[in-house]
Amino acid sequence: KMKSVFVLEIFSLACFVLLSQVSAKNAEDVRCKCICPPYRDVKGQIYKNNVTLKDCNCLHVVDPMPVDGKDVEAYCLRCECKYEERSSGTIKFTIIMYLSILGLLLLYMVYLTLLEPILKRRLFGHSQLIQSDDDVGDQQPFANAHNVLSRSHSRPNVLNKVEHAQQRWRRQVQEQRKSVFDRHVVLS
Amino acid sequence: FIRFPLYVWFEGMENPGYRSGSFDGLHHPSDDDDDDEMVDIAGATLDFSSTDDVPPLSTGSSAGMNGNGPSKLVDPLEDLVPGVGTYEDFNTIDWVREKSKDRDRHREITNKSRQSTVALLHSLCDAFSGWLLMLLVGLMSGALAGGIDIAAHWLSDLKGGVCLTDFWFNHEHCCWMSNETFQERDRCPEWQSWAELITGKSEGAFAYIMNYMMYIFWALLFSLLAVTLVRAFAPYACGSGIPEIKTILSGFIIRGYLGKWTLIIKTITLVLAVSSGLSLGKEGPLVHVACCCANILCHLFTKYRKNEAKRREVLSAAAAVGVSVAFGAPIGGVLFSLEEVSYYFPLKTLWRSFFAALVAAFTLRSINPFGNSRLVLFYVEFHAPWHLVELAPFVLLGIFGGLWGALFIRANIAWCRRRKSTRLGHYPVIEVLVVTAMTALLAFPNSYTRMSGAELISELFNDCSLLDSSQLCGYKQPANTTDTGVGNSLADRPAGENLYTALWQLALALIFKMLITVITFGMKVPSGLFIPSMAVGAIAGRLLGVGMEQLAYYHHDWVIFKGWCSQGADCITPGLYAMVGAAACLGGVTRMTVSLVVIMFELTGGLEYIVPLMAATMTSKWVADAFGREGIYEAHIRLNGYPFLEPKEEFEHSSLAVDVMRPRRSDPALAVLTQDGMTVGEVETLVESTHYSGFPVVVSQESQRLVGFVFRRDLLISIDNARKRQEGIVSTSQVFFSEHAPSQPPDAPPPLRLRGIMDLSPFTVTDHTPMDITVDIFRKLGLRQCLVTHNGRLLGIITKKDILKHMAQIANRDPDSILFN
Repeated sequence: KMKSVFVLEIFSLACFVLLSQVSAKNAEDVRCKCICPPYRDVKGQIYKNNVTLKDCNCLHVVDPMPVDGKDVEAYCLRCECKYEERSSGTIKFTIIMYLSILGLLLLYMVYLTLLEPILKRRLFGHSQLIQSDDDVGDQQPFANAHNVLSRSHSRPNVLNKVEHAQQRWRRQVQEQRKSVFDRHVVLS
Repeated sequence: FIRFPLYVWFEGMENPGYRSGSFDGLHHPSDDDDDDEMVDIAGATLDFSSTDDVPPLSTGSSAGMNGNGPSKLVDPLEDLVPGVGTYEDFNTIDWVREKSKDRDRHREITNKSRQSTVALLHSLCDAFSGWLLMLLVGLMSGALAGGIDIAAHWLSDLKGGVCLTDFWFNHEHCCWMSNETFQERDRCPEWQSWAELITGKSEGAFAYIMNYMMYIFWALLFSLLAVTLVRAFAPYACGSGIPEIKTILSGFIIRGYLGKWTLIIKTITLVLAVSSGLSLGKEGPLVHVACCCANILCHLFTKYRKNEAKRREVLSAAAAVGVSVAFGAPIGGVLFSLEEVSYYFPLKTLWRSFFAALVAAFTLRSINPFGNSRLVLFYVEFHAPWHLVELAPFVLLGIFGGLWGALFIRANIAWCRRRKSTRLGHYPVIEVLVVTAMTALLAFPNSYTRMSGAELISELFNDCSLLDSSQLCGYKQPANTTDTGVGNSLADRPAGENLYTALWQLALALIFKMLITVITFGMKVPSGLFIPSMAVGAIAGRLLGVGMEQLAYYHHDWVIFKGWCSQGADCITPGLYAMVGAAACLGGVTRMTVSLVVIMFELTGGLEYIVPLMAATMTSKWVADAFGREGIYEAHIRLNGYPFLEPKEEFEHSSLAVDVMRPRRSDPALAVLTQDGMTVGEVETLVESTHYSGFPVVVSQESQRLVGFVFRRDLLISIDNARKRQEGIVSTSQVFFSEHAPSQPPDAPPPLRLRGIMDLSPFTVTDHTPMDITVDIFRKLGLRQCLVTHNGRLLGIITKKDILKHMAQIANRDPDSILFN
């Protein structure tokens, strides 16, 4: 299941990359930037205009020409004009997606550390199930636990599976945390 | 006459070279003379007892069989036990087994493809699956790298202010269409700094303090988020990742290191860590991100999911992709993977890595994170020539780079060791916060440390022209400017006030960066090393370059400048010095040679600067090697005790295999399984009472003649499976590894056949094999263990861990620092 989700994600990424090429360019997303250094009495200036690539030169972009007719060529020779493009849609999409993933992760972290123990205590406070995070899980040869756990048919199967997967993942993260942060065995 | 060469050969065998070194006095010298002659066949058959023998493979029956590996002689029922052939966490894979599994699979598909069209299509798909996988890896890594670049730019600009019109634009893009002045670039009404937003003023002491506070606040917030996310979700996402990837590529298994949670957390926290102003880069973590992508995509293809050796080929290519997107240098990325990261790099991987790196670079270019179709922020565009005399300062920069590299490695390893063993390591979150606070506090006042590492390098690489108005280009205009100057190149000019200010600010920045990177690299956030090292080198290079330029201007009549640097000519390019300095420092730290030169040459886009770059890189490598042979990544591998057998080192000591093998004299005897005669209970007790990961199988305890080798994990899984599935298997069932079951009384429980999991062709060396040949065998074949025989009888076993401990002992290091096997 995770596999298909990932394949879907990859495809959407690829599609987005291609789409950003094909989609109509915003008029604001192209510009021609001309930097003209100081020349005699005229100060240095920067000119910007949204023109196409073929019009990106000094004569089209430098609009109020600061020098007179005979000096224009000498002035323009020193100017450097560059054509630049960007994709504001890509930037917007990336930043918003990044912030939402970051927000989701933070919420999940808050949920795992603060809310889940409270919820678990409320739901299972009365039952006799041994619910500890250090449970080894399926390798214990306790037939008893099997019977006890199989009695909880009240919850649907999917929730059980998700719970099981989440428990396994949390155990893995705990193991990793122990080796990296506590025992400093890996990645010191 | 036929015998004569034999005698000559044996004479040669008695050379001191083969007998030197101590060996345990397990046999008397008289035995040796008898054995070495080896002509008396009658004496040699005394030991054989033919009743225990399984007859060797007859040539007739093996003509139809393809493989010589264990999988082909197996009872088909036993092949289906799931879990056999997999490895435990923190163990080394068996390269030979994986490669032969793949060869068998390929042969089977090729044979079947002649039978039907469907099978032919299947074989074509199988051949193309590798290329499809490379394409997907390139696409995914390129897309992620583009996203990381955009997000990191935006987030690090957020420390300074915010864009009022569209909040998702960073500073440069916010002022995209508005008017800028020549003197103050990037000032526009749409972008407001925090002081302007909060207090309404943009100048003055109060605004400065407000900006300072907000900078520190944002830096602390970002690093706090980064370290708590790493700690809560994926502790494997911290650090650079390249030492661990090196070890994984040499055959080690670290489960979860290249998983999906590690990928997500590494991507998110890398952006946070880079934006928080810490002195770290993102190139190393990008390699880790690319390898995670490759590992995740491998699960889509059976060919790569089930075979660890094939998967490592894909991971090698992914490492190339990582560097390629970090620097926009596909060729440099492939060479980096070849030189630094990979262990086995077949030629097929070379072509596929290049393809993947190109796809990734193309994807990154189409996302266009820097707005002008550049792949890297610090692309260099000048092509000014250099003169032979300048080789002297370039070599000087190389020496500086080598010295700094050696010093940095020692200091960083000492600091990391302290973090590992003392109480400093118990407070990772507080450590990150303290280091961030210190960095932000000291970095803000100096404009060169306030900007991010990549921006600093970009500014230092820049050659000053008339169009620049930054502080670093603050030269004095000479009195007689020619108004009809062609183009924008400038003659060497004397330094002005601004340039002097910039110079001492740069000197302070150099000292700051040198000290702070030592404690930043290795913290529990994703951290890379390339950008800070290049920044240190670039600052040093630029300082030297400006110094040379001023020297040439004021003393243009000196002998060294006379020929080529007349007054009014543009002879010295400080930007080039910065580039050479960056290459020298990076080479000194990582000890990269070819890949570094190619990366820098791809950054500049020209062949003019290859000679200075090579001169500086070679000098820096030689100087740094004089202080210690290891680069930073090998040093970290050694610090963590990974079982990495360095492929570039020579084993020079003259010991023999018998010196290194286990069991030593004082150890208990070698734990072996016999071909038959052991019960399931006995096998289980033996396996559980020891920690060995494999057991040799011998014909009998008296003869000690070798049959094969069986792994602990396979043994446990098979016995467990047999107890559950096969009927009648109890603790008193006989276990047999031979072809046919031994004869048993009729009321005995059914025997358990375990021949299928046994490796029938374990590698052996004799006890007199010199250690350098043995180490070579281990390296070239990727062995995990090797059995030692004497006169055909099993004597002991050498594992990779034993070799590493032996090498540590020879180099006077602590042999107990090798932790894994």
